[in-house]
Amino acid sequence: MDFDIIFGNAARAAFGPEAVILALAAIGLNVHFGFTGLLNMGQVGFMLLGAYGTSVSVATFGWSLWVGVVVGLALSAALAVALGFPTLRLHTVMFAIVTIASAEIIRILIGSTDAIGLTGGPLSVSIDAGAFYDLNPYPDGPRDRYGIGTFEFTGQQLWVITVGWAVVALVTLAVSLAVRSPWGRVLKSIREDEDAARSLGKNVFSYKMQALIIGGVIAGMGGVIDAIKTSGADPNGFRPQVTFFAYTALLLGGSATYLGPVLGAVLFWFLREWIESFLRQLTAEAWLPGAVADFFDGAEGVISVAMVGLALILLMLLRPQGIIGNRTEMQMDAR
Amino acid sequence: MRKWFALTGFALCLVLAWAGPAAAQSSGDADGAQPTALEGTLRLGFDQFFAGVEITVADESGTRVGRALTDAEGRWSVPVPGAGTYRVTIDESTLPDGIGLRQGYEATAEATVADGASRAVVFAVGEAPKGTPFGERAAQTVFNGLKFGLIIAMSALGLSLIYGTTGLVNFAHGEMVTFGAVIAWYFNSSWGGLNLIAAAVLAVIVCGMLGAGLEQGMFRPLRRRRLGIFQLVVVTIGLSLLGRQAIQLFFGAEPLPYTDFQVQQRWEFGPWAVTPRELVTVVVIIAVLLAVGLLFQFTRFGKATRAVSDNAGLAEASGIDVDRIVQMVWVMGAALAGLGGVFQGLDTDIDPFLGFQLLLLIFAGVELGGLGTAFGALAGSLIIGMSTEVSTLWISPELKFVVPLVALIGVLLLRPQGLFGVKARVG
Repeated sequence: MDFDIIFGNAARAAFGPEAVILALAAIGLNVHFGFTGLLNMGQVGFMLLGAYGTSVSVATFGWSLWVGVVVGLALSAALAVALGFPTLRLHTVMFAIVTIASAEIIRILIGSTDAIGLTGGPLSVSIDAGAFYDLNPYPDGPRDRYGIGTFEFTGQQLWVITVGWAVVALVTLAVSLAVRSPWGRVLKSIREDEDAARSLGKNVFSYKMQALIIGGVIAGMGGVIDAIKTSGADPNGFRPQVTFFAYTALLLGGSATYLGPVLGAVLFWFLREWIESFLRQLTAEAWLPGAVADFFDGAEGVISVAMVGLALILLMLLRPQGIIGNRTEMQMDAR
Repeated sequence: MRKWFALTGFALCLVLAWAGPAAAQSSGDADGAQPTALEGTLRLGFDQFFAGVEITVADESGTRVGRALTDAEGRWSVPVPGAGTYRVTIDESTLPDGIGLRQGYEATAEATVADGASRAVVFAVGEAPKGTPFGERAAQTVFNGLKFGLIIAMSALGLSLIYGTTGLVNFAHGEMVTFGAVIAWYFNSSWGGLNLIAAAVLAVIVCGMLGAGLEQGMFRPLRRRRLGIFQLVVVTIGLSLLGRQAIQLFFGAEPLPYTDFQVQQRWEFGPWAVTPRELVTVVVIIAVLLAVGLLFQFTRFGKATRAVSDNAGLAEASGIDVDRIVQMVWVMGAALAGLGGVFQGLDTDIDPFLGFQLLLLIFAGVELGGLGTAFGALAGSLIIGMSTEVSTLWISPELKFVVPLVALIGVLLLRPQGLFGVKARVG
């Protein structure tokens, strides 16, 4: 049992690009759900469009990566508008189901064989993200490593996470400023009591739409970073459970707080990877009975996702406001 | 695609996923590194792959040993128990529209495989000559749609009842469907090989007990604590993830069939060719739904349930034991979901994602009809099932689940309360 390796893996996951992507998705959800009370269950759809908008622009149309980034974000915004018109007037629960369905529709369409010519379909799409790595200031030789002990990154990885966490910091700052403004107070009033907001002459539909677009574009940024990090996109990476993971991160850190989603994303990946690495190390132990080792062997990922489910249940029972949340912020006008 | 034909003048198509030189494998290789398997790839030219095509493998006596759907790159692989000759059948109806087997190729091919080797099986597909007349294909898809719609309806009824009486939207409902299918599989194929009918009855009982346990051990205490609607939804999402992963841990991720009723001769009824198990599925579900409908219309329990759905507080005040009614609704809902899972498993094989894949369509059915109306859930589910299957007349089968979901969004645009829901102003 090598706890150095376990902690190294967990720490790398906690500060790596996956945590950046999850943090952005969770911040977007925070705008939707935490501040406005929109139960968006299709966050992964915005991430998918961010990733595919970038990848397809580069791979299929041969545009530069930076144009691709803009296209990805624009598509996320367009999805919010297209989704908002039919759904923002729906019952909370119906809104949740229609958003989850929309994300699935997009994933099925993009991943179908009919779409091979445009998106690569089921074969996924790969791009050259060289334009991004050309700006990398860290020396990136084959032997260059940055970090302590087993917690280390290559130069390229370090560049991705530097930019990624900078984006997270800027977005967090922007969201906190926006939510503290009069505009943000209207969002919160919609969350608390929609009719009261309407009776004060606020255009509730318009505010909800703005929140949906902003949160969607933030999730789209996560998708763009995903496309750069993995040099492309694959439809299987955008299944509905990605949205559930983003909710887990948001609720773990604390919904309707500024740093909650970031803290939640870091903790999510730290714990998930810790459990996986721990189990992997455990099954290699000689003292473990063979049958038990066989049972766990290869099932580390399955168990760690099961633990996410368990964590969600326990969180709602024991501390629905999350680690740094405020309980009164979780009492919303859900109908 | 057409251009490609014009250039080469013929349609070739084919197959080649060759895993490892068979000769290098001595038979009885004890390390088991490579399982004995039949496999292949369905594609046309170099850019068209056929996903979701059903391939069935039977041994020489006609007993089914496995089944696979081609993946996104047209690949399929069916592990077989050992060396021997097998009959491999491709289900032509699952090929996309306008694509069929090339002339001279049969839908069933024989293949001999050595122990520890894998053998590629070729099905040459190309643009189909005008085959089955449109009317006949339409009739067949309508039947498939009815069957699928009924399976969704049976599962959706529980979701709708639980929502009606307690206001809970259960995201873990799909896992209850999977649970029914998996428990029946264990009784039928793993522990002692019970007849599937007995296994299904036992699975339904186990599911009913699970429903009772969930209500008493989890959701009743949560209602007492006055958890908000959102917190409850998150709890069910957590339960769904936990349940699905737990099933995957014990059952494995690979799809498996039941032992019974696999290879059946189709009966011809006019334009319809129906296997006995499909007919039984349809008849049993209609009977169960009728029984449930009569129960709600004419019994004291049914009246009480409707009263609780209408106004739980008022029902409580007029002497109805609301907790007992909710308990019964959970038992019934879970049992119906479990039975739906058994039938879906019979139709497509069982895997841990079976229920979650149905969940969105169940939701769509319930919403289309109008949340909380039992009749609406039934009608909505039938529309969803029908539109899913009938759409394959015009679009590729891999896109068929898009159609009902788009239909749902379209209907909600015009009638936000669903087809049979009561209008309430929101937003």
